Amino acid sequence: MSIFHPKGNWFRAPTGSERMWVGLALVWCLVMSITMPWWHFQGKQNAPSETYEVDPAAFMERVNQFVDAHQVDEVNGVPIVEPPPGGDAYLMGQMWRWYPVLKLKEGQTYRIHVSSVDLQHGLSILPLNMNVHVLPGYDYVMTVTPTTSGEFNIICNEFCGIGHHLMTGRIIVES
Amino acid sequence: MNTQTATTDEYRVCNTTGLNIFRKAEWFVKANAVLAVIFLLVGAVAALLLALTRWSNVMLLSDVWYYRMLTVHGVNMLVFWIIFLEMAILYFASTTLLNTRLFSKKLAYVSLVLMTIGAIATNYIMFAGQADVLLTSYPPLEAHPLFYLGIILFAVGALIVCFNFFATLYIAKKNKTYEGSMPLVTFGAATAAIIAVVALVHGAIALVPTFFWSMGWTEMMDPGVYRLFWWGLGHHSQQINVAAMVAVWYFIATMSTGAKPLNETVCRAAFILYILFINLAAAHHLLVDPGFSAEWKMWNTSYAMYLAVLASMIHGYTVPASMEVAMRRKGFNKGIFGWFARLPWKDPGFSAVALSAIIFGFIGGITGVTLGTEQINIMAHNTLRIPGHFHATVVGGTSLAFMGLCYYVVPLIFQKDFYLKGLARIQPWIFGGGIVIMSLGMSFAGTYGVPRRTYDSDFSGATLETGFDPVAHIMLGILGIGGILAFIGLLLFILLVVAAVFFGPSLKGKKMPTWQTPEAQKMTDDLISRGYEEEGKDYKHIKTPGTVVLVLIFLLSFAIYYFANWAALADLWHIR
Repeated sequence: MSIFHPKGNWFRAPTGSERMWVGLALVWCLVMSITMPWWHFQGKQNAPSETYEVDPAAFMERVNQFVDAHQVDEVNGVPIVEPPPGGDAYLMGQMWRWYPVLKLKEGQTYRIHVSSVDLQHGLSILPLNMNVHVLPGYDYVMTVTPTTSGEFNIICNEFCGIGHHLMTGRIIVES
Repeated sequence: MNTQTATTDEYRVCNTTGLNIFRKAEWFVKANAVLAVIFLLVGAVAALLLALTRWSNVMLLSDVWYYRMLTVHGVNMLVFWIIFLEMAILYFASTTLLNTRLFSKKLAYVSLVLMTIGAIATNYIMFAGQADVLLTSYPPLEAHPLFYLGIILFAVGALIVCFNFFATLYIAKKNKTYEGSMPLVTFGAATAAIIAVVALVHGAIALVPTFFWSMGWTEMMDPGVYRLFWWGLGHHSQQINVAAMVAVWYFIATMSTGAKPLNETVCRAAFILYILFINLAAAHHLLVDPGFSAEWKMWNTSYAMYLAVLASMIHGYTVPASMEVAMRRKGFNKGIFGWFARLPWKDPGFSAVALSAIIFGFIGGITGVTLGTEQINIMAHNTLRIPGHFHATVVGGTSLAFMGLCYYVVPLIFQKDFYLKGLARIQPWIFGGGIVIMSLGMSFAGTYGVPRRTYDSDFSGATLETGFDPVAHIMLGILGIGGILAFIGLLLFILLVVAAVFFGPSLKGKKMPTWQTPEAQKMTDDLISRGYEEEGKDYKHIKTPGTVVLVLIFLLSFAIYYFANWAALADLWHIR
């Protein structure tokens, strides 16, 4: 009678199948609690945490330097930039584009600096479906090793104003 | 302040439950419930338009109106509808169930006025097109100051209701209006109110400086810090919903089947776990945000959060188990599931709650915990998998349970009978079915990476072309069809409730008409009338094999979904 007042001392430990279920649920919660740190050490896919404070204007300047230094081609007027394997790459979220197009090599590791120079954006690499959140003022470093090759599209998946559904980019991975 | 001698001017005796219903509090239950349903309708019309826009072959709205309606939908559903109804629950659970008058009628008026003004102001500015910032209003995106001010006024009003609720609990205890401990439903409501205070404080930290900024008085709040505190509001609000929803589960379980909590200690401990361990869970919106260490993210999502998951898993057992015991006590002992078939499925209050528990657990809960895992979040953040998850918790779970509650509130509080009861009986199935279809459409489209909050899934016209697998578009079509079905179910609900409340036959001085057969109702009444009198006498030996099978199926589904996601994660590029 969940609407009436229990009287007297109603305190008692669970018994029978209720006790079994509480125990089983607790075990399952512990399994999930252990899986996450286990994967942190053993797994190859972990959420990046390396972050630096950056002024949006300074970040844009670094992006432009990066493009000038490593541009190899262009597509639809967007520069294609090939960072040195193992080196730093830059990806800028701006209303409404991901700039520039990156050209990477399969199996090589890159430190991709992602930031926004205006609103919040969502970096989403397709069709892999890999996503991170991008904030202005935060230089977020994703240490990424492409394990597949081909052309990968980038979209924005955080609302960033009326042109949000036009905000795309690209990563090209050579085998 | 002496309330020892209550008069009949102060309360009426319910002809169905025998509880005392305090007239002043009753008026506020009604007022808040009516306002809730009004804002539900606004949010629902927006919902239909959104579903018909995300359905990529239809794309009904223009881009501007899509984002505007998305803002309208989020704010009206997640803030105004659900919190107004929760305020109604707080008034009911504190006064009627504790047999006490309301602490302060004046405060109740003040809070109602503040909340109403706030809700109208925010709606006005959204429809005026000066607040296309979506529910979360992430800076640097900026809305008209009235948008923030309206929400702040609404929140202050809600805080006052919480204060009035706690003060009512206090005077009930002081005046000894009840013996023993407060009822479980009140305990659940108190849990919701405590979490509400924590949520609203976080909301103030995020939104008050943002309001000042929009007025040009201060600098913009750091976007990352804003997200941290905004989700302290946004996620805690969902825990208010969960606690209130579970309280409604227990309430309807008793009213419709005569169920009694198997073990008060276990049920109440589970509510306390919500209070203690949910306040860290806001982190799982920030799992792929810059600025937080891996340790911070993991601590805040696992060790602490999983005790709140444990709480939900406990309620997921105790609610059906209490019903199973009640049904077996009535003699429905055939096999493992004989009791299940004989549950009062024709009672829309019951079927809404049963569907709510199933949808919340099997779809909302499993996906929520899995997607809220630090690494798995990489392939879920901001995709349609997220709305696929929370429409199963907050709509299929909370809103559907609240609809079920309304099938009892209308006859018991408004004292009006329903018309077209046949339609009422199928309404929860139409609404719940629609939400399940829509939620699955969203979730599967999201596994292809289809983004949430995006007008055109194909980004047509972008400088660098992109696009999705045709299957993803089929899933968006399923989303649209589910959305239409859910809208029909919701409209039916509003029509039934409005027709009953304003034009329904009066039930004054009468017992609530049963949704079940007279014989079934008599058995339920018989169990309820025995109350706690026979504690531990004749039912302790009754086992719950049916519920055990149900929860084991649940655990198996959970484990399969959880590990399947880890397997999918292993296929991604390496990232750290």
